[in-house]
Amino acid sequence: MKEGWRKLPLGAIIPEAGSAEKFHTGDWRSERPIYHPDKCIQCLICFIYCPDSAIKVEDGKVVGIDYDFCKGCGICAKECPPKAGAITMEREMK
Amino acid sequence: MIVARTGNEAMAEAMRQVNPDVVAAYPITPATEIVQIFSSFVHDGLVDTKFVAVESEHSAMSACIGAAAAGARVMTGTASQGLALMHEMLFIAAALRLPIVLCVVNRSLSAPINIHCDHSDTLASRDSGWIQIYTENSQEAYDSVIQAVKISERALLPVMVTIDGFIISHGMERIDILDDREVREYLGEPPKRPNLLDIDKPITMGPLDLQDYFFEHKRSEIEGMNTSLPHIEAVAREYKERFGRYYPVIDTYRIDDAEVAVMAMGSAAGTAKVVVDRMREKGKKVGLIRMRVVRPFPKNYLKELIQGFAAVGIMDRSDTLSTLGGHLYVETRAVLYRASHQPPIKNYIYGLGGRDISLEEIEEIFEEVLEIGKSGKVTEPVVYKGVRE
Ligand code: SF4
Ligand code: SF4
Repeated sequence: MKEGWRKLPLGAIIPEAGSAEKFHTGDWRSERPIYHPDKCIQCLICFIYCPDSAIKVEDGKVVGIDYDFCKGCGICAKECPPKAGAITMEREMK
Repeated sequence: MIVARTGNEAMAEAMRQVNPDVVAAYPITPATEIVQIFSSFVHDGLVDTKFVAVESEHSAMSACIGAAAAGARVMTGTASQGLALMHEMLFIAAALRLPIVLCVVNRSLSAPINIHCDHSDTLASRDSGWIQIYTENSQEAYDSVIQAVKISERALLPVMVTIDGFIISHGMERIDILDDREVREYLGEPPKRPNLLDIDKPITMGPLDLQDYFFEHKRSEIEGMNTSLPHIEAVAREYKERFGRYYPVIDTYRIDDAEVAVMAMGSAAGTAKVVVDRMREKGKKVGLIRMRVVRPFPKNYLKELIQGFAAVGIMDRSDTLSTLGGHLYVETRAVLYRASHQPPIKNYIYGLGGRDISLEEIEEIFEEVLEIGKSGKVTEPVVYKGVRE
C-alpha cells in the first residue's frame, strides 16, 4: 500500500538509505539476457559493465542474472567475449 | 540603537546580525548593495558566513538550495531580472521545504529595460511556493528579515522579504536596530531537520517522482503554505513581546470608522497614510489597507476586513497582463466572491517602471472611491493612474 500525502516525509525526501532496492527496474524489460553457465569463462566483464548490478556473483563467480533489477539493456551480452558468447538476448515474454 | 540606514543597508545589517552559514549571491541593481555590503562584513571577519560569489542568479539560488539541503542557515538577495533568472530554482527550494531567506528589491521586469520600482518581479514569483512579505520602509525591512529567518525555519518554507527599488533601497531613513546579542539570542541555533550531511541518518533529496507519488508530495507542499500563516503571526507576536515592534499580516491605518478604504502595498502605502491624515483633517472618513503578507494570501482576514467598507480602491504596482487587472485586485475579487457583503472595488494600476505617485494622485483615488461608495457604481473597473494617454 502506498502512503497518503499526510504520512509522507516533508520535501519529498527519501529518509532511508538503499531504498532503490525496493524499486524493481526489471519491470521495464523488453528483452531478457539468458546466461549459459557451460560457456562462461568467469572473466566477470558482464559484472563490471552491468549498469544495474544485476549480474549475480557468489564467491567471485557469476551464477546468474537478477531479473528483479535487470532492465534488459543487453550490455552484458554485447560485452561478453565473443568466443565465450555466454549471454544471449531473447524477447521478454510477459 | 537609532541609526541612519538605506533600505539596502538595513537589510545587509540584519543579515550581518543573523550571521548565516552561507550566502551565495550575484549583484543586480538596485539590490547590489545588500550583498556587496554583506561581502565586506565577510571580508572584515564580522560574520562566520561562507560567501559564494557565483556567476548568475540561477547559480546563486542553486548554491543556496545545496547549502540549505546540507542543513545550513542560508540567505541571499536579488531583484528583477535576477529573480526571474532564479525562477526555476525558486520552485525547487520551496518543494524541498528549505528554509532560505531572500531579500528582494522590487524592480520592474524588462522589456523595456528599466531599473526602478514596480512589483512585477516578485509578483511573477507568487506561485513558486515562497512566503512573500512586502515591507513599507527600512525599519520594517530590517525587522522582517530577522523575522523571516524564524518563519522559514518553523514553516519549513523559503521566505522572500521585499523593499521598493530606490524609493526604499536607496532612501536614507532613521531606523532602530537591535543589539547583535539580542538577535542571536532570539534566533538561536537553527532547529535540526533532515539534511544531506547527517551521515548517521542518510537521506535522498530531489529524487525522480512520477505518477505514483508526485501528486501526494505536491499536496503536502500546498499544505505547508496553507498552514504557514499561524507561524508568521506567532513570530510577529513574539517579536513584539521581545522588541516592541509589531507587524500584522495586513496592516491597517485609520480604518475603524472609515467609510471607504484604499489598498496598497510597499512604499506607496506610506505615502497613502499621509493622504489619509490630510483627508481626515477635512472630515473625510477614509482609511488604508496595506497588504504585508501576500503569500500565503490572507484570504479570511481580508474577507472580514473588506466587507465593512462602502467601496475599496485597490492600488497595484503591477499588471497581470491577463485582461483582468493588477495582482491584488484579481486576488481580492477572488476573495470577495465568497463574502456576504461585496463592496464595489476599483483597480488603480500605478507607478510602473518607477513612475512616482503623488499625494495629489492618491487623494484623487480616495475621492473617486468615496464617490463609488455613495453611488455603488464602478464604471471603469481597471484604470491606469499617472500614465499619459
Ligand atoms: S541486460 Fe543490462 S541490466 Fe540486464 S544483466 Fe545485462 S547488463 Fe545488466
Ligand atoms: S562476460 Fe560472459 S564469459 Fe565473462 S563472466 Fe560474464 S557471462 Fe561469463
